[in-house]
Amino acid sequence: MLWVDKYRPKTLEKITVHEDIARNLKKLVSEQDCPHLLFYGPSGSGKKTLILALIRQMFGAGAEKVKLENKMWKIDAGSRTLELELKMLSSTHHVEMNPSDAGFQDRYVVQEIIKEMAKNRPIDTKGKKGFKVLVLNEVDKLSREAQHSLRRTMEKYSASCRLILCCNSSSKVTEAVRSRCLNVRVNAPTEEEIVKVLEFIGKKENLTLPAGFAARIAAQSNRNLRRAVLFFETCRVQQYPFAANQAVPPLDWEQYVSEIAGDIMKEQSPKRLFSVRGKLYELLVNCIPPEIILKKLLSELLRKLDSELKHEVCHWAAHYEHKMRLGSKPIFHLEAFVAKFMSIYKEFLIASFG
Amino acid sequence: MAPLLPSSQPWVEKYRPKKVKDVAHQDEVVRVVTNTLETADLPHLLFYGPPGTGKTTTALAIAHQLFGPELYKSRVLELNASDDRGINVVRTKIKDFAAVAVGSKPHQGGYPCPPYKIIILDEADSMTEDAQNALRRTMETYSKVTRFFFICNYISRIIEPLASRCAKFRFKPLSEEVMSGRILHICNEEGLNLDSEALSTLGSISQGDLRRAITYLQSAARLFGSSISSNDLISVSGVIPQDVVESLFTACKSGDFDVANKEVTRIIAEGYPVSQLICQLLEVIVNAEDIQDEQKARICKKLGEADKCLVDGADEYLQLMDVASHTMRALCNMQQELCFS
Repeated sequence: MLWVDKYRPKTLEKITVHEDIARNLKKLVSEQDCPHLLFYGPSGSGKKTLILALIRQMFGAGAEKVKLENKMWKIDAGSRTLELELKMLSSTHHVEMNPSDAGFQDRYVVQEIIKEMAKNRPIDTKGKKGFKVLVLNEVDKLSREAQHSLRRTMEKYSASCRLILCCNSSSKVTEAVRSRCLNVRVNAPTEEEIVKVLEFIGKKENLTLPAGFAARIAAQSNRNLRRAVLFFETCRVQQYPFAANQAVPPLDWEQYVSEIAGDIMKEQSPKRLFSVRGKLYELLVNCIPPEIILKKLLSELLRKLDSELKHEVCHWAAHYEHKMRLGSKPIFHLEAFVAKFMSIYKEFLIASFG
Repeated sequence: MAPLLPSSQPWVEKYRPKKVKDVAHQDEVVRVVTNTLETADLPHLLFYGPPGTGKTTTALAIAHQLFGPELYKSRVLELNASDDRGINVVRTKIKDFAAVAVGSKPHQGGYPCPPYKIIILDEADSMTEDAQNALRRTMETYSKVTRFFFICNYISRIIEPLASRCAKFRFKPLSEEVMSGRILHICNEEGLNLDSEALSTLGSISQGDLRRAITYLQSAARLFGSSISSNDLISVSGVIPQDVVESLFTACKSGDFDVANKEVTRIIAEGYPVSQLICQLLEVIVNAEDIQDEQKARICKKLGEADKCLVDGADEYLQLMDVASHTMRALCNMQQELCFS
């Protein structure tokens, strides 16, 4: 078992990083009654951990017995019948799914599947919790229509079904949905908090940490707790006992992007652009999301640039990322950004050095 | 549906006015509608206005007051954006419902029960143009036996031919006094303790949207118990604390790109929603007194562009960075465009 899973806190009491949120959630649940919830925050900040712990708090250990099923849905959409296949994780008390997997048909998922699930109200012999919990991931990736469908569904079936929505950026969730939920902001843990978690894991695993080692991992993790724990485990596999100055290996794709940045800085020519294209394709083929490539590339370039160019480069990065979102082929826009950068940089070089 | 547990009902539903005359703050609308209720003679209606002002409430209340609980099911068809409303539905479901004639059994059980049916189309601005066009003739043909209520936020998204067939009513945002009246009423019913500062905070963060105000109130009550302070409300509502916005603004003023970059990275890591941040930044910039008008205009233009990009789904970090860099250049009178000559 990976450490990330092994040391994921299972109950709200054991959560250490977002204690205040956990305390509030506990209070919510203790009143037998819980509004719809929207968790938002950067990745690796602990949204999922909080949600799982919350569900456990609501329903007890029974909620941990989950099964993964691939369910086929037949949806009657007027003239034709659609067939959708969706993965979902379910226990007797909750269902977890990722509606944006259905692509452009996500509207039907939200309209039909959620309705159907919400209608089937669980009967409890003790007559207490008469509702099911539905966890929807990545709601920010849902299409606008799907989000619109969500709003009325949430009100209509609020008696038998509670929704827990989870997303990275709440800007992409429509106001109508946001105003119907209790919004919970989950901030990324600070570096000190990450260090504490790493030291805790180190103690449990009986490892001796050299001074400053945990701090270095935390610094490199970008305030992403999951990544920090993974780094920590990688280091453990590479070499133990830890050397005081042991290097924390960077992610290979990050290294690759910084190579690309170096290439671009060295030479600005069509030939170099062509070779960069190959490298970008390589990254895309390995399923690195294009906007993450662009952001990393930008931050690498910003590190090497003069301050007067930074504004301009930053502007174009934002411009091309927006274009990329509207278009369908990310490679064009990545390449366009590289070409734009080359032209700006070359002009700057000519102007300043002749 | 099974009977609701009293506690699991959102307050928004619990305190939804049941009668037209209880709808807050929309005097003209209420006056006209009450008149028509007495005569039971009703035109097609179009309600528009910002969210949380009582449009759906009014429509439902009219229907309930006309027909009473018994006939309601057979006489009223309620469709909203969560139901499929493509052109097919208009052609089949709506037309079928509209075509059925009803007998007039006036004044059944104390309700007027006029001889027509009502179709409520909630969130009508999310209907496609084709579907709206298909409605035009249907509305006229069956006008003897069916009345349509359209409810929408933006009247510009309703096609002109439909709008001209209806009596239009604009619902205005609630003023703070009216809103605090309703809120205090709910506080009394629920046994909550709200001081005047918290009340005015609630008024300003909800911006005239009563539903939002009630939702915030309920969330805060669940989290913090029966006495609620204004800080509790802010933390529930997702409004960004003012010092975060101020620190970004100061970073922009400093004129150092790396300082701004650091600040933006921090804001993103804290998970604040950028669209909200842009709104609040706008407020700070418009109210700032030491900035010239031209600089303000330049910044505002960029804020608008960034907001559009965010709606399109662009990355939050990059857009906020772009805004920060533009603001910095405007504030420090740096060159907006780079030129090498």
